[in-house]
Amino acid sequence: MMKQLILLLSFFTIIGTVSAQEIPSVQLKTLDQQTVQSTDVIVNENDGPVLLCFWATYCKPCVKELSTYNELYPDWEDETGVKIILVSIDNARSVSRVAPFVNGKAWDFDVFIDTNSDLKRAMNVINVPHTFLLDAEGNVVWQHTAFMDGDEEKVYEELLKLSESKE
Amino acid sequence: MKRIIRYLPVLLVMFSLNAFAQDGRFTGNFQGDFQYYLSDSTINAVSPDELLLMNSYANFSYTKGNFSAGLRYEAYLKTLAGFPGEDGRNDGLGIPHRWAQFSSDGFDITVGNFYEQFGNGFTLRAYEEKALGVDNSIDGVRVKYSPIQGVNFTGILGKQRYYFDYGPGIIRGVDGDVSINDLFEKLQDKRFRVIVGGSFVSKFQEDNDPVYVLPENVATSAARINLSYGLLNFNSEYAYKINDPSEDNKYIYKPGQAFLATATYSQRGLGLLVSTKWVDNMSFRSDRNATLTDLNINLLPEITKNHTYTLAAYYPYATQPNGEWGAQAEVMYNFKRKSKLGGKYGTNLALNFSRVHNVPRNPINDTIPVGASGTLGYESPFFSIGDELFYQDINLELTKKISKSLKFVLTYQNLTLNNDVLMQSEFHDMIHANIAIADVTYKFNRKTSLRGEFQGMFTDDDKGDWAMGLLEFSIPKFFFTVMDSWNYGNSNVDERYHYYTVGLGYISGGSRVQLSYGKQRQGVMCVGGVCRTVPASNGLMLSISSTF
Repeated sequence: MMKQLILLLSFFTIIGTVSAQEIPSVQLKTLDQQTVQSTDVIVNENDGPVLLCFWATYCKPCVKELSTYNELYPDWEDETGVKIILVSIDNARSVSRVAPFVNGKAWDFDVFIDTNSDLKRAMNVINVPHTFLLDAEGNVVWQHTAFMDGDEEKVYEELLKLSESKE
Repeated sequence: MKRIIRYLPVLLVMFSLNAFAQDGRFTGNFQGDFQYYLSDSTINAVSPDELLLMNSYANFSYTKGNFSAGLRYEAYLKTLAGFPGEDGRNDGLGIPHRWAQFSSDGFDITVGNFYEQFGNGFTLRAYEEKALGVDNSIDGVRVKYSPIQGVNFTGILGKQRYYFDYGPGIIRGVDGDVSINDLFEKLQDKRFRVIVGGSFVSKFQEDNDPVYVLPENVATSAARINLSYGLLNFNSEYAYKINDPSEDNKYIYKPGQAFLATATYSQRGLGLLVSTKWVDNMSFRSDRNATLTDLNINLLPEITKNHTYTLAAYYPYATQPNGEWGAQAEVMYNFKRKSKLGGKYGTNLALNFSRVHNVPRNPINDTIPVGASGTLGYESPFFSIGDELFYQDINLELTKKISKSLKFVLTYQNLTLNNDVLMQSEFHDMIHANIAIADVTYKFNRKTSLRGEFQGMFTDDDKGDWAMGLLEFSIPKFFFTVMDSWNYGNSNVDERYHYYTVGLGYISGGSRVQLSYGKQRQGVMCVGGVCRTVPASNGLMLSISSTF
């Protein structure tokens, strides 16, 4: 009993002292197959927040989520300075669909491909859709898994909270 | 006092770790699936002796600067019905996945378990798909090296995971790709971009066969190219494998080949894709006697659309590694807002077509039957296409938002599949089916919505017509679902079963809990291009996942 207690206390002490999660450094591909480093591309050049969305072309809730965000993106961008970045976990079967799919939907996001799921694993994503909100310093301040209509309101609230705390 | 002295080493280790962790990141996740089974003789669902089964795992990883390390605890007590290794091979608990990684001076080195893909996966695809119970990670060493921008090399050596053990083979491989534009300053800003790459993967497995002399070292190599010019992109790969007699090809000594070419064009509002694939005798495993999802070294991606609606995914396609030719074309178009067909919010349309045939097999000579074990098997000229249809899928998807509160997705699919080849049920011959789906969402207010799926599959073959209905009501953090699949067109009136499920879920941040009760039909489940057979079941299912 004593041993378990010590392990548990130490475990929570460690968690309590570590810094917030930020973007791990792994290789991603651009839509034209160039290799890039996640830490170089998952950034908001305007010193604002980033909404990082893990998705796949075959994932219906993901498509619904991203189409909803695309409609709201111009307003969110104006009000909070957010940049939306997509990371596709499509595998070899569907990865070639990503570029025509994103364009066919007329989405206005930056898109990267995580075919080997390196970033997905490094950020402990279990299922898509999974969305992270990063502050201007790249720290994860909020995350959400799954998507149902109405969840975009929660994202908007978190974005406002973040931009208010910055002010 | 004695107790404190006894646990002093533990305390010291933990406080050292604590000091080390001051500037690092400690993250992880957990997934647990629990099912309580009930017997149901009407749908041939049987409950195991244990009644309650569980698949669960938890990842923990630590990152500090250029160093990271982690492990995964897994427990299968016992493995859920229908998952690979449910016969006992996958049962147990422990830490079968652990790794450490650091990067420095252009090198990225991993020791322990890792996942990797070379090119399109023809030569190597080590990956995990927990929903299917697939985990063919490699335990060994991986070195990645990028000497300059646009040049990347990867080398691997290790053994493949086989449930809580290892497969008998050793895998060695190298891969590299070079962005030509990055090599020459003059080309860096050109719109025409070229990337060339290649990979070589070899496996070693001892030959203990009493009948045949089998190759102990089997190599697969591949070359690939990616060309892009503005909105156009072309990607192609060719792979060749030396003779690799195995259970998959019934021990023939024929080499294997695979080819894939995809061209895409896309601009805002329009996406076009055409693709073709040709495969002959390209199964590649680290154990020549393995079958199903066990110990695959490579992955041959399907060239058909991956459907996720229940009835559209009722008859999924699975790549035939022993030989197939396929082609796919897709058009995605977005009618602009305020245009005639776009209306107030725009209209989105996607048309997809795919067709897969056999690869013809010619006898080697007059005396050896096609595919005879211990021979060269057969001859198939490169990119030859046979007359036998395996699969054809024509589907159309329309997405439309009518108002702030109402939107829908309409899908129509015309499907033909050769069930003598794909064997998704006991039915023999071709199955022809038409499938229609309406997915409608209505928002009551900003945060409350009701989604309904209404699906119908119409066929005179196999088990006949199906109808499926789903209602999903969601409020912040909670959702409730009711679903029923009804085989109302079964020619055997006594087998017109309902497969109903009710469920509720809770989602908060990165955590999700779902409880459901109901029946699941026997069938094939596919995720990300890989399929497994799931048995009929009846029972209570609890699923918990959390990320921190």
